[in-house]
Amino acid sequence: MDMEKRTDLFKRILTFAKPYWLYLAGAVVSALLSVSMVLYAPILIGQGIDQIVAPGKVAFDQLLPILGELIAVALLGALFQWLMTLCTNMVTYKTVRDLRVCVFNKLEEIPLSKIDSRSHGDIISRIINDIDSISDGLLQGFSQLFTGIITIVITLGYMLAINFKVGLVVVVITPLSLFVASFIAKHSFSMFRRQSAIKGQLSGCIEELVGNQKVVKAFCYEERAQKEFDRINHELYDAGVKAQFYSSLTNPCTRFVNSVVYAAVALVGALSCIGGGFTVGALSSFLTYANQYTKPFNEISGVVTELQTALASAKRVFAVMDEPAETPDDPDAAHPSRAEGRVEIDHVSFSYHKEHPLIQDFNLKVQPGQRIALVGPTGCGKTTMINLLMRFYDTDEGEIRVDGVPSQKIARDALRSLYGMVLQDTWMFKGSVRDNIAYGKPDATDEEVVAAAKAAFAHSFIMRLPQGYDTILSEDGGNISQGQKQLLCIARAMLTKPSILILDEATSSIDTRTEVKIQKAFAEMMKGHTSFVVAHRLSTIREADCILVMRDGKVIEQGTHTELLEKNGFYHELYYSQFVRTE
Amino acid sequence: MLKFAKYLKSFQKEVFLGPVFKLIEAIFELIVPLVMARMIDVGIANGDRFYVIKMGCVMILLGLVGLGCALICQYFAAKASQGFGTVVRSEMFAHINSLSHGEIDQIGTPSLITRITNDVNQLQLAVAMLIRLVVRAPFLVIGATVMAVIIDWKLALIFFLAAPLVAVVLYFIMSRSVPYYRIIQRKLDRISLITRENLSGVRVIRAFSRQEQEKSRFSAASDDQMETSIRVGKISALLNPLTSTIINLAIAAVVWFGGVRVNAGGMTQGEVIAFVNYLNQILLAMIVVANLVVIFTKASASAARVNEVMELAPSIVNRTLKEVEPPKQDVSKISFEDVSFVYPDAGDYAIHDLSLEVGRGQTLGIIGGTGCGKSTMINLIPRFYEVSKGCVKVDGTDVRDFPVRQLRKKISMVPQKAVLFSGTLRKNMQWRDEDASDEEIWKALEVAQAAEFVRKLPDGLDTMILQGGKNLSGGQKQRLTIARALVGSPEILILDDSASALDFATDAALRQSIAALSKESGNNMTVILVSQRANTVRYSDKIIVLDDGRAVGIGTHEQLLAGCEQYREIYWSQNEENEKGGQE
Repeated sequence: MDMEKRTDLFKRILTFAKPYWLYLAGAVVSALLSVSMVLYAPILIGQGIDQIVAPGKVAFDQLLPILGELIAVALLGALFQWLMTLCTNMVTYKTVRDLRVCVFNKLEEIPLSKIDSRSHGDIISRIINDIDSISDGLLQGFSQLFTGIITIVITLGYMLAINFKVGLVVVVITPLSLFVASFIAKHSFSMFRRQSAIKGQLSGCIEELVGNQKVVKAFCYEERAQKEFDRINHELYDAGVKAQFYSSLTNPCTRFVNSVVYAAVALVGALSCIGGGFTVGALSSFLTYANQYTKPFNEISGVVTELQTALASAKRVFAVMDEPAETPDDPDAAHPSRAEGRVEIDHVSFSYHKEHPLIQDFNLKVQPGQRIALVGPTGCGKTTMINLLMRFYDTDEGEIRVDGVPSQKIARDALRSLYGMVLQDTWMFKGSVRDNIAYGKPDATDEEVVAAAKAAFAHSFIMRLPQGYDTILSEDGGNISQGQKQLLCIARAMLTKPSILILDEATSSIDTRTEVKIQKAFAEMMKGHTSFVVAHRLSTIREADCILVMRDGKVIEQGTHTELLEKNGFYHELYYSQFVRTE
Repeated sequence: MLKFAKYLKSFQKEVFLGPVFKLIEAIFELIVPLVMARMIDVGIANGDRFYVIKMGCVMILLGLVGLGCALICQYFAAKASQGFGTVVRSEMFAHINSLSHGEIDQIGTPSLITRITNDVNQLQLAVAMLIRLVVRAPFLVIGATVMAVIIDWKLALIFFLAAPLVAVVLYFIMSRSVPYYRIIQRKLDRISLITRENLSGVRVIRAFSRQEQEKSRFSAASDDQMETSIRVGKISALLNPLTSTIINLAIAAVVWFGGVRVNAGGMTQGEVIAFVNYLNQILLAMIVVANLVVIFTKASASAARVNEVMELAPSIVNRTLKEVEPPKQDVSKISFEDVSFVYPDAGDYAIHDLSLEVGRGQTLGIIGGTGCGKSTMINLIPRFYEVSKGCVKVDGTDVRDFPVRQLRKKISMVPQKAVLFSGTLRKNMQWRDEDASDEEIWKALEVAQAAEFVRKLPDGLDTMILQGGKNLSGGQKQRLTIARALVGSPEILILDDSASALDFATDAALRQSIAALSKESGNNMTVILVSQRANTVRYSDKIIVLDDGRAVGIGTHEQLLAGCEQYREIYWSQNEENEKGGQE
């Protein structure tokens, strides 16, 4: 990252802080004031001490105003320090909130292709960890850096002003501590790398052996598992001791440098006192400064690395924000609330990657009330067709019309709400069973929810859950089986009573007996409505009005079940491969 | 937290000596202001340059000795804390190994994993801090006070006022802010949860056009987190200003009353400076204490989470360690006698009054709909769960009267989810029997219909399997898990819907070769097949049809077809067309 880009990134973060510029300004002013006060105090203390030289030679009348001033400075310093923290907190937390909301809102708008092609863990980490590191590094770190630099500059100024010679000693020695710190950091790095490699191994081992604890038990593998674990665990011990020890050297070593600075100031200062031109009080303030002056140096070396990570994080966060959103809906797009269900697919072509054409010149006319089944081997384009119907992806060529209106001319939300969709990848959110079923129709009454659950044959298992419909499903429904999740998704779709139904392997984890019952319920509900069914299990699609047999993005056969069997083609082959007779 | 002291036993030397060296360092640190005072009072007052230089050297020497002590302490701290972490992890892993399925369900495997990794790390950090700082910070406070008393006890009264005041402020602020840190973390977890849900459910959300609601859900969660952060921020923002105000007021008092004492000849100027230095030291030490409080609060939460695991008693324990003799007369291999089972916290019985006998060498088929209790039923045989009522017998003996190991060694199970472990393919095959020969492994692979593809792998049995078997297809993994179960000739083989990723032809071939293997072994292998496919179980000696945890039919395929409504429904839903169109 070159300098210019860094400043650009930094400016961009500042635009997010802009609404809170008053707080920001407050923070800067308070920081300046509080640091000057904090640094002014030792001078006053020194002056005070100079008034109490020896028995009988204490100038109380001089001392009193000095101490009064000291108390005032201390109180004001504390006040401004408090204001500064309050202001930076406000700016930080509010900016972080805005950043998060902004990235998240973008997520809701970017095309699905961008979400499908990215690792979810990576996006989550951008929203959580990267924004946190912007907050720590850039906003908090910046205030630390700012006060640190002010402290150094002012102290240096004071010290050089009080006594140039002694001040010079400090200036010369302090960089030593920076040097020592970076030397140690460089050398402990390789040990850290080894430690984190072994840590990775160990957590991989834990994930496997604890995560599959039931398999371990079934095979009485416990003792051998323990042996394996202990081996890596001990390796981690060796690496861990080294890494921890070397990295913990920084603190004592820089402290030692500080005490050298302290001793040098004392020595040179005391000698100057003897030579005259330097008071004991001034020496005392100098010593306090020597302590205060080296501290920001230690902090700054930490802050600089934090700043760098923060900028790197900012880059990752802005990358998401800069994704182009879905093309906006046509201003005069239609907003139909129901559809007859006439679907025409007209010379449609589509590919995820230009170099691998997938759907090519796809044509289909579906009459209202028809039941269309899509079958074919994995990767033939069945699920892609559904992505196109729902306009999760836009076609490359050709158009899809619903009731004669091209789907590009229908508002996305309206188009999608015409469809009811159940996918193989079930999705549950953390919430009650009831809320999960009512997801597509939040205002549904309890009776409607129960009716939908009954129609999906989910009612009986729901009643067996500890709190029935109020049972909270864990994230992605970890506490119920895959088949049960599919039943809930079906209930969810049934509740919305869609105009057109899409089932993409919706019953793959449900036993065949229940499946048949669900098929019947769907048939009942969709009487007069169009539906699309994708399935591997051919028993699922036998009843369809029209079966499209797909291969490599094209429809190669089309017809009813019996017609296709008679053809003795690809469908025939597919069908019989599933019903091989045994013995 | 005290419960964890026992894990530090083997590091007594480090735990004791670490703080001792730290104390020595702290003592030297405390001497520095005294040396400084001498330098001023003797050196400067008498104009003795030599004395000043001598004292300057003493200061550097003190710094060096301090550095040495600090390094020794750091080394001990590293050794003890890493060692502590290693011991706790190992013990915890061993304990998890001893738990039964019920306890594992109760905590959940993802949570177990974070506890053995993150929480133990948190504790490890606390141990390091314990050695490095816990003794040092209070010692500096007390030491500075003591030194002040030694110099001048009357002036030191100010310390007795200031130090407790600082402590009170610290306590007040920490006790009000620390509990919030956990809340903030929880709120951040919620933000991350909503994000994850929105990514995985993007199709559903857009299909139902719920983007706006999701946006406001996220924004509400973010606001919530922000407000809590600001609230805590307001409290902890008071910490530094309040403590430094107290110390500065104390300094002003020291200078004033010090002036009075100096005027009266009871004290020197240098000693007043030493007092000021000691006050500053107290302030710094107190801030360290505040950080320690944060670390230890986090650690105590982690300690509670680790303890929760360590204190879980395995519900399934050996009643006896005496091996059960093989049965003399011919008894059923497996029998269920009026068995009922209910999962903890669940309302309804998962298995209800089940009775069943399976003879040696027989094949039992279990069939039924989603969630009817098929998997639950077979989990009772190796005693993964304890029956609630009735009993399960193997070889005529109640499973509870077997040593767990002996019982489980008889049984080999192929779980629903095909799980393989990182390591060579051979090592995966040797899970049941560590000493299984390549010959035995190949035979098992042969039976499991896996030999063909394994032979094609460039490294054969030495092929490295990645974590979770990522470099194999679903069907390949499933066949390997079946082979793994066959190595070491088990007496009972349980296949829990283990052929779902196989196509029908492979499934059929698999069942035939298992049947052949069973015959070959002199009818010694009893096989249990769990499936949703009627064709998979149809040739079993006995089929049990489960519905909502009850046996609604037990018998052969023909008997059930004639007499069991549910079985007929399942069978015809899968075979109707084929029977009509294909065969007759």
